[in-house]
Order: sequence, then C-alpha cells, then structure tokens
Amino acid sequence: MAVNAPPAETKPLSANDPQTIAEQIKTKFPDALESASAQGIVIKRDHLLEVARHLRESLTFDYLNNVTSVDFPDRFEVVYHVSSIDRGGAPLTLKVNAARENPVVPSLVPVYRGADFQEREVYDMMGIRFDGHPYLRRILMWDGFEGYPLRKDYHEPYFEDEKKPFGTRWDQGHHVIAEDRNPWHDNVQYPANFDAVAFKAQIDTVREQTLPDVSPTRLKTEKMILNIGPQHPSTHGVLRLKTTLDGETIVGVEPVLGYLHRNHEKIGERNTYLGNIPFTDRLDYFTSMNNNHAYVIGVEKLMGLRVPERAEYIRVIMAELTRVISHMALMGFMYNDLGAFYTPLIYALEERELVLDMFEAASGSRMMCNYMRFGGVARDLPDGFLDKAKHLVEERFPRVLDELETYLTGNEIFLARTKGVGVISREDAINYSTAGPVLRGSGAKYDVRRAEPYSIYDRFDFDIPVGTAGDVRDRFLMRLWEARQSLRILKQALKDIPAGEIMTGKKNYQIRVPKGEVYGRGENPKGELGFYIVSDGTPNPYRYHIRAPSFINLTALDRMSKGYKVADLIIILGSHDVVMGEVDR
Amino acid sequence: MAFKIPGVLVGMGITLNRVIKTFQGDFKHFGRRYDQKALDERQSVYGSGIFTVQYPEEKLKPPENFRFIPFLVYDPKLDESGKPVIDAATGKEAIGYERCTSCGICAKVCPPQCIWIVRATTPEGKPKPECTEFYIDIDVCMNCGYCAEYCPFDAIKMDHDYELANYERHVSHIYDINTLMKSSTYHAQIHPLDVAREKADKEAKEAAKAKKA
Repeated sequence: MAVNAPPAETKPLSANDPQTIAEQIKTKFPDALESASAQGIVIKRDHLLEVARHLRESLTFDYLNNVTSVDFPDRFEVVYHVSSIDRGGAPLTLKVNAARENPVVPSLVPVYRGADFQEREVYDMMGIRFDGHPYLRRILMWDGFEGYPLRKDYHEPYFEDEKKPFGTRWDQGHHVIAEDRNPWHDNVQYPANFDAVAFKAQIDTVREQTLPDVSPTRLKTEKMILNIGPQHPSTHGVLRLKTTLDGETIVGVEPVLGYLHRNHEKIGERNTYLGNIPFTDRLDYFTSMNNNHAYVIGVEKLMGLRVPERAEYIRVIMAELTRVISHMALMGFMYNDLGAFYTPLIYALEERELVLDMFEAASGSRMMCNYMRFGGVARDLPDGFLDKAKHLVEERFPRVLDELETYLTGNEIFLARTKGVGVISREDAINYSTAGPVLRGSGAKYDVRRAEPYSIYDRFDFDIPVGTAGDVRDRFLMRLWEARQSLRILKQALKDIPAGEIMTGKKNYQIRVPKGEVYGRGENPKGELGFYIVSDGTPNPYRYHIRAPSFINLTALDRMSKGYKVADLIIILGSHDVVMGEVDR
Repeated sequence: MAFKIPGVLVGMGITLNRVIKTFQGDFKHFGRRYDQKALDERQSVYGSGIFTVQYPEEKLKPPENFRFIPFLVYDPKLDESGKPVIDAATGKEAIGYERCTSCGICAKVCPPQCIWIVRATTPEGKPKPECTEFYIDIDVCMNCGYCAEYCPFDAIKMDHDYELANYERHVSHIYDINTLMKSSTYHAQIHPLDVAREKADKEAKEAAKAKKA
C-alpha cells in the first residue's frame, strides 16, 4: 500500500488557496496583480507593500515563512512564502519580478520583521536591492566582496563547469589535487584595484539602535561595542555577536555571520538531485536525518513519487529519535552556557551516543547518515534495531527525561538565571519569523507536523506543547516536553511499523525531476526547515534554496536580548540552539 | 507543609547514583571489561554505567553497514582445492577476476567527484570492460557510499578501515588501483550479511531463469 495521499481531516486548505486569495486581492487592489496560478500570485512591484500589509492584517497571513529569489535569464524573481499561524495549511506563494538591470524591490521589513536577515541574504547572494530595508548590507560574504555568488553568471575562483558531473575530472586519467588546480592565492577573487592594506571593513558602524535611555541614573554614559566571538566557546561555533552596551546592559546585538559560509546553495545547484542528499547532512549536523527527510519530501513532491509504508515509518522513527537526542543535548548545552560545565551535558550525550550507534548500524554513519532516498530509504533496518529502539523509547528515555527534569528544571540557579530572561512576546515571535521551540515557547501553536502534515504524521496522536512566558526557561522546557511527545510518536510508530518494501521502483542514480517548483518543508528540532527547489527538467536543480531555521531565528536575537545584561546574552543565544553549519550554509 | 528535599540535594543524589553505577560495571566484569561479551553488554542500550573504551588499546568492531572509503573487490585465484592462491610478491590473495568493468557509474554518481577511472583498451585501441587505472582521492571522499550503492557489478564496496592518518597527504592519500584492490574474501569478512544476501538474490534469479527455460 502506498501512502502520501492527502490526509482526510486536514484543516481547510481553501483558505490558503492562491486563486481565492488572488480574487480577494483583486477586489481590494484592482491593478496590483500581474497573474495568479497554483504556482503563486505574482504581484506588481509598486503594490507589494500594501498587498503584504493587507494579507497580514485582514487575511491573517501573519507569518512569513521564507524569502528567496530566483535568477531567470530575463528577470529576477523574489519569492515569498506566507502562512497563518492559527489556520496552518500550505503556505501561500507570492512573487515579485525585478528587472535584470538594477533590480529593486520594496522591502517587507515594515510588515514582517522576519524578512530582515532573509532580504539581506537575497541582496548579498543575488544583488537585489530592497527599498526601505533599514540595514541593507552583506550578511554572509565579507564587506569588500565583489559580485553576487548565486547569480547564474557568477563563477567561483575554482570554477570547473556549470554542472556536475564535471567532465574535467577524469578524462585525462591523471589525478590533480585541488591545490594544484587552484594554487594558493589564486583561489580568492578580489575586486579590481583591491588594496588589502588600505581596506577597512565597516567594523565600527553599528546598526542603529532604537531603545529609550536604559540607564536609570542620569549619569553621562557612553555606549561601548563589545565583540563576543567569533572564537568563543559559548557561541556554539564561529559566530560573532557585535554587542552595543550601555554599562553592562545590552542596547543592541548584531550577529555577524558567514564564517562557515561555503555557499551550500550554489554547490547544490551545480550538484545533481541525488548528490545533494549527503550535503544536506552537513547543514545542521546534529539532525541529519531530519534534513534528509525535508529535502526528499520536497523532491518527491516534484516527482510525484509515492513512498512505501514501511519506508515512511522508518523515516518517522529516525526523525523522531533525532529530535529526542537533539533536544536532550541542547538541555545539556544550555547548562554549559550557564556555567554547569559538562556534567548535565555528558549525561545527555551518553543517551545520544546510544542512538548514534543505532544510526550507524542502520545507515553506516553516526552523524552524516545519508539515509533517505527519493522514494524510500537507503537500506532496511538491521536486525535488532526495533527491539533496541523499543527499549529506548519505552524504558530508558522516559527514565532519563524524568531524571533530567528532576535535577535540571527545578534548580534554583537555573530559575534565577532563566526566568523572565530573553522574553519575546507571541506577536513578536511570529512577526520575527522565528520557528520551532523559540516560536512555541512564546505561545504560538505552530508545528509543521500539524500545520501541514507531511509523511505520515497525521496518523499519530501527539500534542504540540506551548510555553506561556516566552523566556529562556520556557524555551528550555519546550525541549523537554517535545522530547516526551516524540516518544509518544515513536511508541506508536514502533508498534505499527509494517513489513514490506522500503523503496519505490528500482534504485536509479539518474533521477528525473519534471519541470516545476516546490517548497518542501519539515519540522526540524530547530524549527521549520524548508527547501525551495526550482527544476528545469535537467538532472541538476535550477534553484535550490534552504530556509534554515537557526539562521532566521537569529533575527530575533536583537529583540530578545535588549535590556538584559551581557551574561544573559550567552544563555539567550543558547536557548536558540543555533548550529553554525546551518546558519552560514 | 510536608518536608521538601532541597533541589540541590536531589541533583547531588542523581550524581551520586551515577558515580556508584560507574563502579558497578567494573565489579561485574572484573578483569574482563574489554571482553567482547562485556563490551556488548556495557555498550548496549540495556547497559548502565561507563561505556567508554580505552582507544586505541581497545577498539570496537564497527557495525556491518559502517562505511568508510571505498575499495575495489576482486575474486581471488583459486587452486585445485578451491583455496585462494597467495601471491608471493605482495602477500595478498592473487587476483583471479576483477569485477570492475570501468562503466564509470561510481565516478558519475560520486557527489564530490573523487573517483578517476581509465578504461583499458585492446591493442587495436578498442575499449575493454576493464580498468587500467583507478584513483580515489580519500581527502575529497565524503564517505556517502553512493558508489557502492549504485555499482551494478558489486565491484566497489565500502571499507571498515578508519585509521588513515599519515605524515603527508599528497601521495599516500591518493589511493591507486593497487591500494584499492581487495579480495572478496576480505569483503565477506566485513560484510557477512550483505554477501549472504547477494548470494541468495543471485541464486533466486538463476533459479527463476532455469524455471523459465
């Protein structure tokens, strides 16, 4: 029996139907529409802002999922995905065309603050200017960089060919190591007349901070810039936080990103569809199974593939096991950030180790699983996997979670450091496009597994826990509660998993993906992970964009930490659960 | 109001419990901590206490599906009694039949493209289904296992040998055909279940063929 049929009891999708929405927009703004189809509503550039405002305020599309752009031969296209937190359903696609010469599009930051970093990324990568953006600067590349890497005519310094497989690699029969092909110094492109000595990065400019005078005393104080990172153990990788301080109080935080940037999206566009699966492992390396899952869901949607029942169960089991260990590890890491070095973390990592061993037995690798394929999974579960998983889910993990709860959540120091710290309201959490536990910790009940059920999540009985205060403690508790819900799903999945095929059709390395575009998404432990894929019918994706939850969650960091002390910033960042492999891509 | 144990004591109690547990395994497997039987128990999901091993003195056997750097499989030359002949020069089993046909699927499917193949030619210059040279740059290889997964001839498989450190990388990290060639006996050792499955599949296919004919 094949699945993937739309679940019967999903919330009415008609409310998000592009045609209906297009009609509503048309009556309100008669000349705003260019066209409307199932692929999305194309809006005229001059009307974008008012249409977005109308969508948000009158039609309750209060959540901006994703902003990206596509480089077509004749134009640039900026693509927005918006949805409603309460209504759920598939996101509505909005598009705006921009001219090839000097592309400008109005910025959506006044309507959706979550567009901030995403528009900066589009500007950085594609060179589209956003009119009205408060701080339009490069975000992933360095200040003096020339060119827009994701444009189709951009060639990287080590450019070999437009698409893989690169013909240059094996025809001479001789091996040339990478350094010989790109000698040292030739592997970087500099702008013409670039003078490295005279070049000054804009390190002293700080984003305009708008906060009323926080200093309670009337002393004359001077603001100070403090750089935390990029090499700092509490930033979970190479992340720099440019912090403006008034005394010890935070006035503004600007994350400086891109230290781990490798242009995953360009690599993905050069790569084949199949070749991208192992690369998705390296995005958020804590949750490679979930990354695989979201990506194959996207491509399967395009291909119209149906996945065998057993494979769907295996996918869910793997994804939920990953969620449990990722959340457990985060609880340990947060204690690390608070100064309880390693004891809680090692307790959590011990359990993670057991699951990683099982992943290794099933997929061949502990972290870079590369386990899912289009139409199924790579190989069947090894002997004894289900028994071990049952023991973990039914006996060991509930015990461990209880233990973690007992000695972590009630701790006086923990409560003093986290209660009422890093508060973000429900409205702000939604408006800043945060996702996952950060969003739900503020009380917004939004989980992709329920909002737009993918795979077989509609069959399981589980709740979506939500916080109330929106502070660090609630975000910590979200992890605990969500891990418990994952165990509930796992119990059901392990009970119901059927025997049978694990793959549709024969294994084939030449994947045919029909023309079209898709936004495939899944609920990662960090939030909504989306893959926007445009196919032109060739073996390589034409556009491959990733909505990285960690990256977009960082947009709200500034909002969350204003008014708190420097020491709180570390735990506020810790409660985001950022993984730099995904933030910088 | 009932007496409430302070949170600090609860936390310390849990830590103390852990400390005691770490010694439990020591006493239970006294002197035999690294025996396979003890390891299997300590390392499993049913175990408790310390489950670490003292690498590199003690090593764990990787699971069968573990994948690390591909190798090429050849069938060894057999003597009259059916035993593999050992090549005196190399000390390895002599090559009887090379499975690789130089079709190039592994090189095409490889995401980072670390495989180079040169196809063999007959003296007249016609291509032969064999390879004369086969290189893998193991610094580039990302161990995804696609080559082994999509090889139609079962000629390339993933290895279990993960200790590849070297003092330089320009020569010793480019594996050529001599390094890559490993006997099917070795493959059967590290992948017993896979080989049994392949054999069963083959026999079933042949049986079906015979039935048809």
